Amino acid sequence: MGIYFDNAATSWPKPSQVKEAMVRFMDEIGANPGRSGHLLSIEAARVLHETREALSLCFHVKDSSRIVFTHNATESINLGLKGLLKPKDHVITSSMEHNSVMRPLRDLEKKGIELSIIPCSRKGILDPQEVKKKIRSNTRMIVLNHASNVTGNLLPIREVGLIARKHNLLFLVDAAQTAGAYPIDMEKDGIDLLAFTGHKSLYGPQGTGGLVIGIRVKEKEMIPLKQGGTGSRSESEEQPDFLPDRFESGTPNSVGIAGLLAGIQFVLEKGIEQIHQHEISLIEKLIEGLKEFPQVRLYGPENASERIATLSFNIAHQSPSDVAFRLEREFGILCRPGLQCAPAAHRTIGTFPEGTVRFSLSFSNSEEEVERALQAVSHLTRNGT
Amino acid sequence: MSQGVILFPSIHFVLQAEKLIKGKGFFIDLIPVPRQLSSDCGICLLIEWEQREILYSLLESGGVKIEGVHLLPAREKSKEGTRKGGT
Repeated sequence: MGIYFDNAATSWPKPSQVKEAMVRFMDEIGANPGRSGHLLSIEAARVLHETREALSLCFHVKDSSRIVFTHNATESINLGLKGLLKPKDHVITSSMEHNSVMRPLRDLEKKGIELSIIPCSRKGILDPQEVKKKIRSNTRMIVLNHASNVTGNLLPIREVGLIARKHNLLFLVDAAQTAGAYPIDMEKDGIDLLAFTGHKSLYGPQGTGGLVIGIRVKEKEMIPLKQGGTGSRSESEEQPDFLPDRFESGTPNSVGIAGLLAGIQFVLEKGIEQIHQHEISLIEKLIEGLKEFPQVRLYGPENASERIATLSFNIAHQSPSDVAFRLEREFGILCRPGLQCAPAAHRTIGTFPEGTVRFSLSFSNSEEEVERALQAVSHLTRNGT
Repeated sequence: MSQGVILFPSIHFVLQAEKLIKGKGFFIDLIPVPRQLSSDCGICLLIEWEQREILYSLLESGGVKIEGVHLLPAREKSKEGTRKGGT
């Protein structure tokens, strides 16, 4: 039996009810949601509605119409940034961001948006006071990931959220790594735009995700990434100005959303806090074990309260890709080597351009798998290439 | 007994309304929006006309966006209800 330690890319295996819900949707519903008055169309719309309601429980959202579906966190981040930022606006972000944030921001920079990137420490830690120092008269938004996809360390979003509120700035949080795995509260965390994906810690299928648009965001002034049919206001050739339709043109991935609903129900049933505790106990065990090997260098914080169940390491004199290849071929451990689409984060922790070996765990992993992984790393440290 | 319909901006709010009202002892049903009221291809909420005010305030206090409340003509197609907060 192989060990799947690549959950930060996509979680696997999913709870069996996810696949069952998708099959049920295909067999028994299958219609286009909200596009007609017939029974199956209404049932399909019900699936989307229930999913929005379940998501609002996850993130403490009062009005579920403010949750719009996208295909992934990347699309949600693009929508939040490109929908709201205008030339001459100033944006603040961190040096620990994934390319899902960096690439659209770099593109916007070419179109006249000003960008400040706050350097984090070599452990990937962001000092909220540094955010404050960068605020200018034209600052419009702060963008941060909730947890790094490289080191797994949590960024201080609640502190930064407070700063954003105090200075009347919009706060966009990339929760790709935390939605479902770590508690998120739109209000308490001061979040205005929450980008999440369905296929990681919410255990849905790939091609599902969304953006929660907080009440401080004026949706009528936010430009959709695309316009088109919504099933509503069909008499008009203008895009609707109300949520969620304004940002949901075209037929959605309803079958995927049916699976996502089952994934979210699994998460809510287990409890996000309980899931986090289980995953953290595994990652602590893994960190303790890896620390025993003098040839292993660990990145990111060691303290469990500052992280999620993702970690990066290297073995001295061995390339990350060689280590990952041998872990798979000799021990059946599937992980991700290299830069994990986050060059800025690797520059910050000093591992650019080689990158690291990343182990990312989920609720499905066990202590026994952690022990087997430690034995495998131990073998590699003693038997280098 | 007269019947009416409540129209919403989109199906999200129809289902939101259904969820709020369901189990509270009212007669409701989901039906296609009558052609004479809107050319929209969506659905709306069929209600007992005499319950319109209590339903309206129930939905309003639940944060559901309402587009209009209309009296349905009793088997005749000509009569149209009054619009409340339409677009």
